[in-house]
Amino acid sequence: MVTRSRDIAVLIVVILLIWQGLYQFTGTGLLTAPLDTFARVLRLLGTPNFWPHLHESASAFLRALAIAVGAGLTVGMALGAHRLSGEVAEPILVALYSIPKVTLYPVVLLFFGIGMPAKVVFGAIHGVVPIAIFAMNAVRNLNPIYLKTAQILKLGPWATARKVLLPATLPEIFTGLRVGFSLTLVGTLLGEMFGSQRGLGHLLMAAIGLYRMDTIMAITLLLVIFAITINSILLVVDYRLHRRV
Amino acid sequence: MAKGEAHVTLQGVTRVYPGVAGQQPVHALGPLDLELVKGEFFSVVGPSGCGKSTLLDVLAGLASVTDGAIRFEGVPIHGRVPDGIGVVFQEDASFPWLTVEDNIAFGLRQNSVEAGEVRRRVDHALSLMGLKDFIRAYPAQLSGGMRQRVCIARTLVLEPRLILLDEPFGSLDQQTRLLMGDELLRLWRETESTVLLITHALDEAAMLADRIGVMSARPGRFLEIVETGWPQDRDSRIVARPEFGRITGRLWSHLRVESLKALGQDRPPL
Ligand SMILES: Nc1ncnc2c1ncn2[C@@H]1O[C@H](COP(=O)(O)OP(=O)(O)OP(=O)(O)O)[C@@H](O)[C@H]1O
Ligand SMILES: [Mg+2]
Repeated sequence: MVTRSRDIAVLIVVILLIWQGLYQFTGTGLLTAPLDTFARVLRLLGTPNFWPHLHESASAFLRALAIAVGAGLTVGMALGAHRLSGEVAEPILVALYSIPKVTLYPVVLLFFGIGMPAKVVFGAIHGVVPIAIFAMNAVRNLNPIYLKTAQILKLGPWATARKVLLPATLPEIFTGLRVGFSLTLVGTLLGEMFGSQRGLGHLLMAAIGLYRMDTIMAITLLLVIFAITINSILLVVDYRLHRRV
Repeated sequence: MAKGEAHVTLQGVTRVYPGVAGQQPVHALGPLDLELVKGEFFSVVGPSGCGKSTLLDVLAGLASVTDGAIRFEGVPIHGRVPDGIGVVFQEDASFPWLTVEDNIAFGLRQNSVEAGEVRRRVDHALSLMGLKDFIRAYPAQLSGGMRQRVCIARTLVLEPRLILLDEPFGSLDQQTRLLMGDELLRLWRETESTVLLITHALDEAAMLADRIGVMSARPGRFLEIVETGWPQDRDSRIVARPEFGRITGRLWSHLRVESLKALGQDRPPL
C-alpha cells in the first residue's frame, strides 16, 4: 500500500511537470500553468455564481446515473436470464454501444427540448448500454453448478438470489457500473455543452466562446479530478471483487 | 430405519434430454433398476458419457426422470431435492466469493443451525479434510483438489443420510486419492450413511465399495453388479490383497468393451 501511494504521488508529479513543460514550450495563451489553474479553481469555487452551475451538473449526473443503472441492470439481467432474447439483443446492444451517441442528440433535443431532461436522458443513453451488456453477460455466464448447489443446500428463491446469484454475478456487474459511471458523466456534460443554459458543460461552452483559457482549464481540471478520484475508488473495488474469481 | 433395508430404489429409471433447437434428443440413461441398501457403500463405474452424472442428478432430485420412479426412504423423488441427501458434484462448486470456512458453514447457516453447533461441525470437517491452515483462504488461492475437499466438507457438515459423490477425487494425485479414500471410508463408518460414489478409477471403486455397479455405454444401464465382500473396517491396504486384483480385472473386462463403444470405435445402432 505504501509503494502504491508513492507510485501515485510520483505519477501526479510527473503529470504536473509535463503540464508545466508544455505550458512553457507553447507559450502563453494556449495553456495555463498548473499553479495558475489551481488558483483559478479556487477562485471559481469562491464565486457564488459558480455553485448553482455545479449543483445543476451534479443533479443532472446523478439522475442520469440512476436511470442508467436502474434500466441497465433490469434490461441486462432479463436478457441474460432469457437465452433467446439475449442472443437477439446482444448485436443490437453492441451496435448501440459503438455508434457515437452525439448522432442521437438532435432526436433527444427534439423530444425533450433544451434543459434538464435532455441532458439527463443524454447522460443515461451513454451509461445504460455498457451496464446492460455487462449485466447480461454476468447472468448468462453464471455457472449452473452454483444454482444446483443452492438447490441441494435447500435455499429458497429469495435466498438463492441474495446469497448465490448476487455474489456470483457481482464482479462483472460492477465492472459494467464502473464503465457506465464514466460514460454517463461524459454524456451528461456533452448534453450540457450543446443543449443547456446551465451547468458545468454550459460554463465550459461559454468560456470557449469567450476564449477564456483559464476558465476552460480550471473546469476541466475539476472534472478530471472528480472523475479520476471516483474511478480509482471503483477500480480498487472492482479489482478486489475480481481477485477472488 | 434399520441397516439392511432398502434406502433408495430405482425402477425403470430413464432420462432423455429433450432435443433443443432442432437437435436430436439424447437418451442418456436407463431403463435402470437398482436398490441401495441402507448403510452400504455403492460405487458406479462406467465409460465417459454413459450417464453417471445424469444418474446423480435424478437421484438428487435435480432433474426429473423421463420414465420410471425413484424412492428415497420410501418417498418418491420427483424433480425436488428431498431432505437428507448430500451431493458433491463433478465440477468445482465451491463459492469463490466465500472463504473456506464460510463455504463449509454455508449450508448450515442457511438452514439456521445454531452458531455453536456450526462452529463445532465446521471445525471437525476442517481438520478431517486437512484444511485447518486455510480457514480464511478463498477458493482461488487453493488447488483443485483442495477446492473439492471444501465441497466435500460443505456436504458432510449437513450430516446427510445419503451421500452422492461424483468423481470427488478426480483432481487429486493417486496417493492423496488413496488417503482420501481412507477418510471417506472412516466417515462412512462413523456416520452410518449410505454412500453412492461415481468414479472412473476402477481401483478406487474396488477398494472402497461393498458393491460396484458397472454401467454400459450410453444409454447407461447396469451390466453387472460386483460384490466385493470386503469387511466393514477395511482401508486402503486391501489393494495388496489378491481379491483386489481379481475385482479390478473383472471391472475392466466389462469396461474395456464399453469404453471402446463410448469412443465410437464399435458403436451399435441406437
Ligand atoms: N444438459 C444436457 N443436454 C443434453 N444432453 C446432455 C446434457 N447433459 C448430458 N447430456 C448427454 O447425456 C449423456 C450422459 O452425460 P453424463 O454427464 O451423465 O455422462 P457421465 O457418465 O457423467 O460422463 P463423464 O464420465 O464424462 O462425467 C452424454 O452423452 C451427454 O452428451
Ligand atoms: Mg459425469
